[in-house]
Amino acid sequence: MKALSQKRRHPLAAVALLLLGLMLTGGLYAVATTANQAKAATTYSANDVQEGGKLFIANCATCHGMGASGSPDGPSLVGVGAAAVDFQVATGRMPMQAQGPQALQKPRQFNDEQTHELAAYVASLGAGPAIPEAKYTDGGGDAANGGVLFRVNCAMCHNAAAAGGALTRGKFAPALAGVSNQHIYEAMVTGPQNMPVFNDANITPSDKRDIITFLDTIEATGSPGGAALGSLGPVSEGLFIWIAGLGVVIAFTVWLTSRTS
Amino acid sequence: MSTAAETPYKPATATGRITDFVDQRVGGSGLLREFGRKVFPDHWSFMFGEVALYSFVILLLSGTFLTFFFDPSMAESVYNGSYVPLKGVDMSVAMNSTLNISFDIRGGLFMRQVHHWSALLFTASIAVHMLRVFFTGAFRKPRELNWVVGGVLLILSLADGFTGYSLPDDLLSGNGLRIIQGVISSIPVIGTYISFFLFGGEFPGTAIIGRLYVLHILLVPAMILLMIAIHLFMVVVHKHTQYPGPGRNDRNVVGYPLGPVYAAKAGGFFFIIFGVIAAIAALFTINPIWNYGPYDPSPISAGTQPDWYIGWVDGALRLMPGWLLGIPLEWNIPFPWGVNTLSLNVLIPALVPAGIVFTVLFIYPWIERWVTKDDREHHVLDRPRNAPTRTAIGMAGFTFYCVLWAAASSDLIATHFNVSLNDVIYWLRALLFLGPIVAFTVTKRIALALQRKDREIALHGRETGRIVRLPHGEYQEVHAQVDDYKRFKLVGYESPEPSAGVPNRNGIVTKQEKRRALLSRFFFEDRVAPATPAELHAAHGHGHEEIEASDKTKEVAR
Ligand code: HEC
Ligand code: HEC
Ligand code: HEM
Repeated sequence: MKALSQKRRHPLAAVALLLLGLMLTGGLYAVATTANQAKAATTYSANDVQEGGKLFIANCATCHGMGASGSPDGPSLVGVGAAAVDFQVATGRMPMQAQGPQALQKPRQFNDEQTHELAAYVASLGAGPAIPEAKYTDGGGDAANGGVLFRVNCAMCHNAAAAGGALTRGKFAPALAGVSNQHIYEAMVTGPQNMPVFNDANITPSDKRDIITFLDTIEATGSPGGAALGSLGPVSEGLFIWIAGLGVVIAFTVWLTSRTS
Repeated sequence: MSTAAETPYKPATATGRITDFVDQRVGGSGLLREFGRKVFPDHWSFMFGEVALYSFVILLLSGTFLTFFFDPSMAESVYNGSYVPLKGVDMSVAMNSTLNISFDIRGGLFMRQVHHWSALLFTASIAVHMLRVFFTGAFRKPRELNWVVGGVLLILSLADGFTGYSLPDDLLSGNGLRIIQGVISSIPVIGTYISFFLFGGEFPGTAIIGRLYVLHILLVPAMILLMIAIHLFMVVVHKHTQYPGPGRNDRNVVGYPLGPVYAAKAGGFFFIIFGVIAAIAALFTINPIWNYGPYDPSPISAGTQPDWYIGWVDGALRLMPGWLLGIPLEWNIPFPWGVNTLSLNVLIPALVPAGIVFTVLFIYPWIERWVTKDDREHHVLDRPRNAPTRTAIGMAGFTFYCVLWAAASSDLIATHFNVSLNDVIYWLRALLFLGPIVAFTVTKRIALALQRKDREIALHGRETGRIVRLPHGEYQEVHAQVDDYKRFKLVGYESPEPSAGVPNRNGIVTKQEKRRALLSRFFFEDRVAPATPAELHAAHGHGHEEIEASDKTKEVAR
């Protein structure tokens, strides 16, 4: 220790410190960014991968290219992970139907087994976020903490009450009512389309669980004050008072004065 | 001493005796005789002032309830009430107490909703009331000052609404305050100082809620009360206006006396308004602060808007581009003491549209007075179509306001009509300038067309849609004459002609007078003169009688 404290004024000490700091942050970052890939909950058989590959060539390769290596019509899927496929296919976003600002949700076209096979195939191409473990999607976390995290990380796009919101040029963040817990988790780790990725360093798996719990809770609680008018805030309230409120009031004024005029 | 003739009045019942006792000491009956005999004409459009008044009373009542439980402190606290998704979350005492009112005080949530819904109804009814007064020309002499008092009331109610909206210290209201703080800071030179004084330091500080609270529950309501008193006093002094009709002129008022019929109706109407608001408050939620969470300067929610009456200012901010024709609107001006920023992109939208609207609003009665040189008293209202230019100006202003208002919900327009947010903004920007022009032209044409139709009906009667064949083969449509009462409405109006510039004493038409003459042309160039008695006589003189007569016999046969 003494030697170290004596040398701390050495001209190279600052450089050494800087290097140490850089290495530390770099190393931490590397650990953090790979944190997502660390847990592979589901295992896929060789058969799953093979069947998935067939489905992929038939349904997805036109856009995503052979071997999912990408084409002008769709990005490469190498390394997007099983979670991305499960989210995109099971919510009916993929296969994409029409080019537009955003791939829209539509009735899903593949059953659970086919989705599982597609996920297996894409996962086999490169490591990526896996289907989340059930313990993170059980909705048993801390709703209040989830609420805080939701307001900080998600509300700017999805609205504080998760009622959805507009993004630029026709894109939008959808309302989150009715989305399954697993898909909420997958959306966070894969960042579909215009949504950013929230990796495990950004929001830890247990915090993700809290967010899911929060979303479940507000959906289950409903609106304590009566009909929520779409949870769209002052705009729907204003429309309501002008149309319904004043409408009723005018009807009464007409009635009250109808005798003489 | 006392003779039979001088026996004082002796009430028979106990109630009568008490009333008489009080009356002899405070003289209420004189007051009642004076006010009770005030005549109030009946028309539904005359009742919005009352709606505003009653919503204000409801605001006072529900607001008083809320003050019993609300604590305007910005001290930090941890929520421990019964709303689970916020349990254990740090928040200000103000937010905490509002949540407690909502979830842990019996009837608290209902009262909060009553208070907020009636604030919306209050402002909405003021707006409609003002539009009614404008479009019927009720602001003309002698009511110009009352119009101004009304304008002050409008601004006061917006102020009271905004300060109230900010009190719970939730995310939504905090975002609103932050916008206001930005606007204040954009005022050149003094803006930053005002902001620091107002917030007691950096935004958000710990002082603002307490200060807004004092404004919201004390100062502004007191001023509103005072203004309402002046406003209503003037209404009584001026007497109420009336719509044109037979037997109605600028020297009389036709209607019911205030007491007892009108007073009973008005009293009943108060309970109707209370009932409507209570029903809305019981069934529909408003300002669900538990969704928004406590204020924290970092997050912001999608779809953040102010209450409707502040929306137009928010809309102006949303429409304003940051760059115009390649020139940034934020200027960094180097001064000897450092660089100062002039944020025109905030300053212009926040102050200019509101400045224009309120300036025109306040001086409009005088503009019209100057243009028309009309110094007579007007107690009979104009039907909006009979003042085409005024109606058109009103609609232009209304459109301008509505475009700004719509802009405040640009994001919701985008998501709900599946259009691009950018396009919505571009369209609204164009509409802000084109909309009022289109509205002006279209409204004026419609008003003139309606006047022509009125004239036509007054002269030739209403088309009945029945075609008769005359003996010599000609086909004619049967016109039914309107009765005299209806006809009075159609012809009993003034249609001023443009007045040319008048030379002054020295025989010179001054520049100002020329400008006035120009405006007069603008106002009255396009006009439809009401049918004169001579025209009416001529129109009804030739041959129509037979058709009318045959018309009547057919009526029976049908
Ligand atoms: C019509 C063309 C098209 C078809 C067919 C299509 N996709 Fe896509 N896919 C796209 C495009 C474009 C994107 C990128 C969307 C974006 O990010 O805005 C995409 C994105 C994805 C993503 C997300 C990638 C990421 O970075 O998270 C996955 C996973 C995916 N597709 C899987 C599939 C699967 C599986 C199929 C077949 C069942 C399929 N897609 C069919 C066009 C297509
Ligand atoms: C930059 C804006 C943005 C942010 C921030 C954001 N999202 Fe999203 N989110 C989107 C968009 C855009 C989509 C739609 C993607 C699509 O349709 O493929 C989306 C989709 C989703 C979906 C799928 C909804 C469905 O209907 O299937 C979920 C769940 C979701 N987001 C959750 C979250 C959560 C939780 C957070 C915060 C941790 C978050 N989002 C943050 C923009 C955002
Ligand atoms: C706190 C808000 C207000 C209250 C409580 C209020 C109340 C009333 C009431 C009860 C009347 C008589 C009934 C009627 O004509 O509707 C009236 C008349 C009037 N108000 Fe208001 N008012 C308010 C705001 C305004 C505003 C914003 C304006 C216009 C800028 C305005 C201008 C007038 C005028 C000119 C009259 C006389 C109308 C006539 O005699 O035809 N008032 N007000």
